[in-house]
Amino acid sequence: MFSFIALLTIFVLAIFIGFEVITKVPPTLHTPLMSGSNAISGITIVGALILAGSTSNHLAQVLAGVAVAFATINVVGGFLVTHRMLGMFKKKN
Amino acid sequence: MISSNIQNIAYLVAAVLFILDLKWMAHPRTAVRGNAVGTLAMGIAIVATLLGDPPDNWTYILIGVGVGTLIGGIAAIRIKMTSMPEMVGLFNGFGGGASILVAGSALIAAYSTVINGSGSDDMQMLIALVASGLIGSVTFFGSYVAFGKLAEFLAVKWKLHTWQKIIKYGFSLACIAGAAWYAFPQAILADGATGNDKLLGGGIFLCGLVIGLVLLIKKDRFPGMDLLKGLSAIGSVALGVLVVLNPENFLLFWLLVAVAGVLGVILTLSIGGADMPVVIALLNSYSGLAAAATGFVISNSVLIVSGSLVGASGIILTMIMCKAMNRSLTNVLFGTMGPTGDTPDADEVYKTVKSTSAEEIAMLLDGVQRVIIVPGYGMAVAQAQHTVRSLANLLEEKGVEVDFAIHPVAGRMPGHMNVLLAEADVPYEKLREMDDINQEMEQIDVAIVLGANDVVNPVARTDPNSPIAGMPIIDVDKARNVIVIKRSLSPGFAGIPNPLFAAANCMMFFNDGKKAIQDIIQAVKEG
Repeated sequence: MFSFIALLTIFVLAIFIGFEVITKVPPTLHTPLMSGSNAISGITIVGALILAGSTSNHLAQVLAGVAVAFATINVVGGFLVTHRMLGMFKKKN
Repeated sequence: MISSNIQNIAYLVAAVLFILDLKWMAHPRTAVRGNAVGTLAMGIAIVATLLGDPPDNWTYILIGVGVGTLIGGIAAIRIKMTSMPEMVGLFNGFGGGASILVAGSALIAAYSTVINGSGSDDMQMLIALVASGLIGSVTFFGSYVAFGKLAEFLAVKWKLHTWQKIIKYGFSLACIAGAAWYAFPQAILADGATGNDKLLGGGIFLCGLVIGLVLLIKKDRFPGMDLLKGLSAIGSVALGVLVVLNPENFLLFWLLVAVAGVLGVILTLSIGGADMPVVIALLNSYSGLAAAATGFVISNSVLIVSGSLVGASGIILTMIMCKAMNRSLTNVLFGTMGPTGDTPDADEVYKTVKSTSAEEIAMLLDGVQRVIIVPGYGMAVAQAQHTVRSLANLLEEKGVEVDFAIHPVAGRMPGHMNVLLAEADVPYEKLREMDDINQEMEQIDVAIVLGANDVVNPVARTDPNSPIAGMPIIDVDKARNVIVIKRSLSPGFAGIPNPLFAAANCMMFFNDGKKAIQDIIQAVKEG
């Protein structure tokens, strides 16, 4: 769907955006930043969903199903615990 | 159900929202909104996937989402703030694990049809598959070791709780059994298995065995460790090339995953407790890079963008942690840190140590203007954050200005102390960064050091031969009075004595962190 060069361009530019954005996060919020970025890395769920839903090969489907579970743990656990933590920073104001 | 264009636009929206999520993380006021936007972005990406590539079969999807939601939800709600490093450490591993499995699944899906002559033979996908499997496996096994060291059931000699034993022996057994379950029927004992297949199957089983057994060793280091590290590093790169050349042999891919697993275990096992913040940040970065590699496997832009954001975030945190310890990343990963030959003798250094009592501290605190509290990992261990907050409240009622001085590597992950103090309702304006508070140190009447050691050791400034030479520290020795609350004079992670404890302006209060603060509160109230 995309050429390799297009994907590589996206990759490199996104890393630069990441550097710009994240250097502005203060040390106080580094733990929520890590748990939040944990949740974002659960984006692998997109790949897992595609493969777990296609019926071409049974083993491929089972592996992808486990991947769905792993990625969901990251997504649900990551966003939820980050929300819990940030609530603690917020309530004094 | 929706066209590929609409799906890709939805992915673009999700990617932008992920960037906004991290942008809004820059301030506690906007961070909650940022996290909500990130959640929304994930929802958009998932819905766009399910509508754009409608699943033929929902069984595994529903089981996976159900199990994942249950585990992730319970973990997130029940976890104690003191255990955040363990949770983040473990969650990095799930990200890596998902990347390995997606890569493995994509390989099988693509090449089980190639045998019938209809699969893709795409170089980009194969290289990405190798990267995804390799980085994913190092992350998965490395994170398990980091988790095990933080939860104190790996590489330790003392007695374990039942739950620790279940995880420790269960995981080792699962590695060995898993490798055997795949290697024997698929390769070693399969009908028509060639000698080559048997060799690969044997390799997979051997790696599973090595991982399982190494994790049972009760030490950080063992003979032959560096050799094993080097071999597994070279092995995984070589296997990566072989996978690209022979993608239809799935045994090669799983052997790559297994060898990279050995590498992940060995790399993380040899890293000491003081360096855990660096390791967690680094594994965080790997989990993002693995996700980005998976994005190249399935040619998906949102995976690449979010993966690179996480990768960049982890790298930045790693660099901050390294800088705060004045060490290079290579030194953390491959070097050793410990007392050098000419470490000063502890008895000599500690000749003039003065011990004090809660009553004496209460008298000292009476009528002062500025107090700082310097927390370290000891505060987390003693679960003393709420008690510390009560002491700060009490002093503030008496008109004292109380601040908290936080060293970047205090605790076991970046920002660990800040979260604990936020949990105890300390306003974040009172959490002062090292460079900032050091400028005001001469005006501080009393500095209370609670469970911190190396990060306040003046040797870092004075002795160029010390293992912590050049490490930025909180200069509490420059405050008018210093009170150190510690159980004993035992050294910190760096294994060196701290002359601060014997300084003329310093008094030691030997006690458990929480008990000590409670006693001081009592004495201040009575006094």
